Amino acid sequence: MNDILQILIYGMVLGSVLSMGAIGVSMIFGILRFAHFAHGDFMTLGAYIGLTFIAVMGLSPWFALPAAMIGMAVVAVVIDQLLYRRIRRTQPVILLISSFGMALILRSLIQLIWGSENQTYASGIQFPWRLDVLGGLRIKPDHVWIVLISLGLVAGVHLFLTRTRMGKAMRAMSDNMDLALVSGIPAERVIIVTWIIGGALAAAAGVFLGIDTRLHPVMGWTTLLPVFAAAILGGIGRPYGAIVGGMVIGISMEMSTLFISAAYKPAVAFAIMVVMLIFRPQGIFKGTL
Amino acid sequence: MELASLFAYLISFLTFAGIYAVLAMGLNTQWGFTGQFNIGIAGFFAVGAYTSAILTTPESPAYLGGLGMPFLVGLAGATLASALIGLVIGRITAKLRTDYLAIATIGIAEMIRLFIKNEDWLTNGVRGIAGIERPFAGTPLDSPFGYLLVVVAFVVLVYFLLERAYASPWGRVLRAIRENEPATAAAGKSIARFRLQAFVLGAAIMGLGGGLYAHFFGFLSPEAFMPLYGTFLVWVMLIAGGSGNNRGAILGAVVVWGVWTLTELATDLLPTEYATQAAALRVLLIGVLLQVILVTRPQGILPEKPPKLIARKK
Repeated sequence: MNDILQILIYGMVLGSVLSMGAIGVSMIFGILRFAHFAHGDFMTLGAYIGLTFIAVMGLSPWFALPAAMIGMAVVAVVIDQLLYRRIRRTQPVILLISSFGMALILRSLIQLIWGSENQTYASGIQFPWRLDVLGGLRIKPDHVWIVLISLGLVAGVHLFLTRTRMGKAMRAMSDNMDLALVSGIPAERVIIVTWIIGGALAAAAGVFLGIDTRLHPVMGWTTLLPVFAAAILGGIGRPYGAIVGGMVIGISMEMSTLFISAAYKPAVAFAIMVVMLIFRPQGIFKGTL
Repeated sequence: MELASLFAYLISFLTFAGIYAVLAMGLNTQWGFTGQFNIGIAGFFAVGAYTSAILTTPESPAYLGGLGMPFLVGLAGATLASALIGLVIGRITAKLRTDYLAIATIGIAEMIRLFIKNEDWLTNGVRGIAGIERPFAGTPLDSPFGYLLVVVAFVVLVYFLLERAYASPWGRVLRAIRENEPATAAAGKSIARFRLQAFVLGAAIMGLGGGLYAHFFGFLSPEAFMPLYGTFLVWVMLIAGGSGNNRGAILGAVVVWGVWTLTELATDLLPTEYATQAAALRVLLIGVLLQVILVTRPQGILPEKPPKLIARKK
C-alpha cells in the first residue's frame, strides 16, 4: 500500500512534466494543424537554458525556471518567424517534416554548446520529508514543488484561455479556423502567442525533468512519445485534456514498474496511445481530429 | 590515398548508397505516392536486418539463431516480417489523419528498439549480433564488389516494380488520395484499403533494405537503428531527390549519402577531442540542408512527373 502511494507520487511528478509538454503540443496542433515533433527538444533546450542561468547567475533552479521559460518562448517565436512561417502556406505536413528536422538541429546545437554528458542542476542528495502518518511515506520537497507549480501554470493557462480576448481568439481558431478568420481574428498574432505559451511550458517541462532527474541532450526526445500519447489521450487540440492525459500516462508509466521491467516504461505510454487510437481516436475530451 | 583503397572506399560508398536508395524508395511508396507520413523507418529497417540475421547466422548460445538459411530466404523473411509490422500499424492508423500515423510510427520504432535492446534471448541485446556472412560464398559474387552488384540488382528490381506500380491504375488511386482525399472517396475508392496497401508495400521494401544492410555490415546492434541514421537521413534523401519520383529517391540517396560522407571527411580533420562536437555539427548541417530544401525547392532535384494519361480514341 505504502509502495503504491509512493509510486503514485512519482507518477504525479512525471504526469506534471508530461502535461506541461502536452498542453503545448495540443495547442500547436489545434491552431497550426500539425504535430510538432521538435517539442521534445524544446523541452531539452529549455532545461539547458535554465542550466546556464543557474551556472552563470547562481540562481536556484526554481528562480531559473521563469528565466528559462521566457528564454524558450523567445526561441520558439524566432524559430517560427525564421522557418515555420515560410512554409505555413503549404500543406501542414511539410511543417511536420520541418519540425522533425528542427528537432535534430536543436539537439545537435545543444550538444555543441553544452556537450553530451549527463549534467545536474545541483549536486548532493536532497533529504525527503518523512510522513509517519502515512506509514513512513517519503516525499521530496522538489516533487511537491513540481506538482504545485505545474498546477499553478495550468490554472494560469486556463484563466488566459477563458478570460482574455487573445485566449478566446485562440480557442476560436482551434475550434473553427475558417469561421475565426472571417470574423477578423488576427491569425499571425494568435500564432505567435501560441508559440510563446508552447515554448514557455516546454521549458517548464524540461526544467522539471532536469530537477527530477538529470540533463541530457536526448532527454526531451525520449519524452516526446509519452507527451504525444498524453495529448492524444486528452483529445488533441484540447489543452485541458492534455492535463488529464499527462497525469493518466505519467501515473500508468510509473505504476507499470510494479509489474514489468522499468525499461519498458515508454511502451506503456505507447500501448495506451494505440488502444486510444483504435477505440476512441478523438480522445477523452473530443479533440479536433 | 592509393588507387586500390580509393576503389575499395568507392565500393563501400556505393553499397551504402544503394541500401539507402532501397529505403528511400520504400518511403517514396508511402510518402511520395500516397502522402503517408512514416518517421519510424529505423524500426522497419531494424526488423528487416535482425530477421535476416537470425535466419541466416550459424548457431549461437547467446541469441536465437542457428537456422543457417540461405541469403535469399533471409531477405524474404526480412521483407515479410517488416510487412507484418507495417500491416499492424497501418490497420490502426489507416482511417486517421497522417499526423497520427507519424506519431504511431515513431512509437513503433522506439518500441522495436527497446525490444531489441532488452530481449537478449532473441537479439543478444546491446552486445549485438556479429558474424553475419556475405552471401554466395564460394561464387565470384563473394567479394565487396560482388555484393555491390547484388545490392544494385535489388535497387533495379525495386525500381522497376515501383515504376510499374506508379504508372498502374493502382498508383493513380494512390496519387488521387494524396491530392484529394474526399474526391477519391467520392469516386468510390476505399481510402483506408489503398493506404494500407501502400504502407505495407513501403514497409516491406524497408525491411528488404534492412536485410541488405545486415549482410553488408556483418554486425548489428541497437545503436545502429537510432532515428538519426535510419529515419532522418532517408527523409532528407527523399525530399532532396524529389518525393514522388523513384529516380529522385535513388539520386537523393547517392547525393545525400555523398554529402554526409564528405562532412565526415571534413570533421575527421578536427582533433579527436572534438569528436562528439564534430558528430553534432554534421547532424546540424544535414538538418539545415533539409530546411533549406523545404523553403527553397520543396519539389526536390528531380520533381515528380506523373505519367501522361493515354488519350482516349474518339
